Amino acid sequence: MAEFRLPPNSRPVQGVTHRAPGARELRTFRIYRFNPDGGANPRVDTFEIDARSCGPMVLDALIQIKAAIDSSLTFRRSCREGICGSCAMNINGLNCLACTTSMHDVGAEIRIYPLPHMPVVKDLVTDLTNFYAQYASVKPWLQARTPAPPDHERLQSKEDQEKIDRPAACILCACCSTACPSYWWNSERYLGPAALLAAYRWIIDSRDEATGERLDELEDPFRLYRCHTIMNCTDVCPKDLNPARAITEIKKMLVERSG
Amino acid sequence: MAPRPISPHLSVYRMTRYTLATSILNRFTGVGLSLGLPLLVYWLTAVAGGAAAQARAQHLLAHPLMKLVYAALIVSFCYHLVAGIRHLVWDTGRGLERAQSHRSAWLVVALSLALMLLIGWCAFGAGGRAP
Repeated sequence: MAEFRLPPNSRPVQGVTHRAPGARELRTFRIYRFNPDGGANPRVDTFEIDARSCGPMVLDALIQIKAAIDSSLTFRRSCREGICGSCAMNINGLNCLACTTSMHDVGAEIRIYPLPHMPVVKDLVTDLTNFYAQYASVKPWLQARTPAPPDHERLQSKEDQEKIDRPAACILCACCSTACPSYWWNSERYLGPAALLAAYRWIIDSRDEATGERLDELEDPFRLYRCHTIMNCTDVCPKDLNPARAITEIKKMLVERSG
Repeated sequence: MAPRPISPHLSVYRMTRYTLATSILNRFTGVGLSLGLPLLVYWLTAVAGGAAAQARAQHLLAHPLMKLVYAALIVSFCYHLVAGIRHLVWDTGRGLERAQSHRSAWLVVALSLALMLLIGWCAFGAGGRAP
């Protein structure tokens, strides 16, 4: 059920401030912190840094803060070029990848929170177990009864490939699902835009032969139909994908199937 | 180990974003219309209940403060109607690109405002007759 207020243990309190006197290009970061040891509530720390002391992206600043000010600052990052999806977080109110978000574009004060409405492991690191389980639940692999041709791969036309080209580019960063209010209130039962985009990618794959079973699995008031086309998913996708369209197409297929 | 905290959501997400703003308004105006329904039912039963009940209802519904209620209902009706049409278009698979939904958000606001002004003018303005 929708729980609009954070539980008492989750409400952030004011944290510490690290000043940067003499910075030529001052940026103020307000960053959500949570330390699982000690049982204290999360807090919001303030870090001032000179934007000229590091690279241009928000991730560069986070790395700079960790290196120079507070080594305990914890966040996920890997590729620093928007392909691994590790550094997804909420920056100034919108979910995005820290590595592809320019400090210049978000202003002098930058508020950084973990992906919304997720269990927090530490600081900006959230527990994605449920998110990954939902992805696995749509069986994101090719299912075919007919054996593969002995002398070549299962081929598809260029047009058929283009249908799955974009949906297959999802990096599972979870920006979309954790931007979705329906997912906030029903993440146990609603699959969320990322898993549904993956489901769509296999439903429309010309080589897949489990289309009917896949649609059966999704025909559920919660798993699929908690989507109310709020469009936050498509709005924030850092790869410019369109989960909202995918979900609408699945709904249309279910209507057409029922005759 | 203590239970993990839930990361902030409503308190940090940008509520003024066109996606969320139009969606929340649609919810609120829908609730507003539902709240207005008992009023309509009351009026209908009064009309069906004879002259005395009708006169009582007429007196009550003509109270100056009721104009605020009617204004809220007009706003709710206009926005909910236009936003609902946007949802119907989406359900056909059209207009779901990011730029399109951004444009249609403004279109919904503009069209519903125009409709509000029109109905408001008919109800309260020069075109309106006192009940």
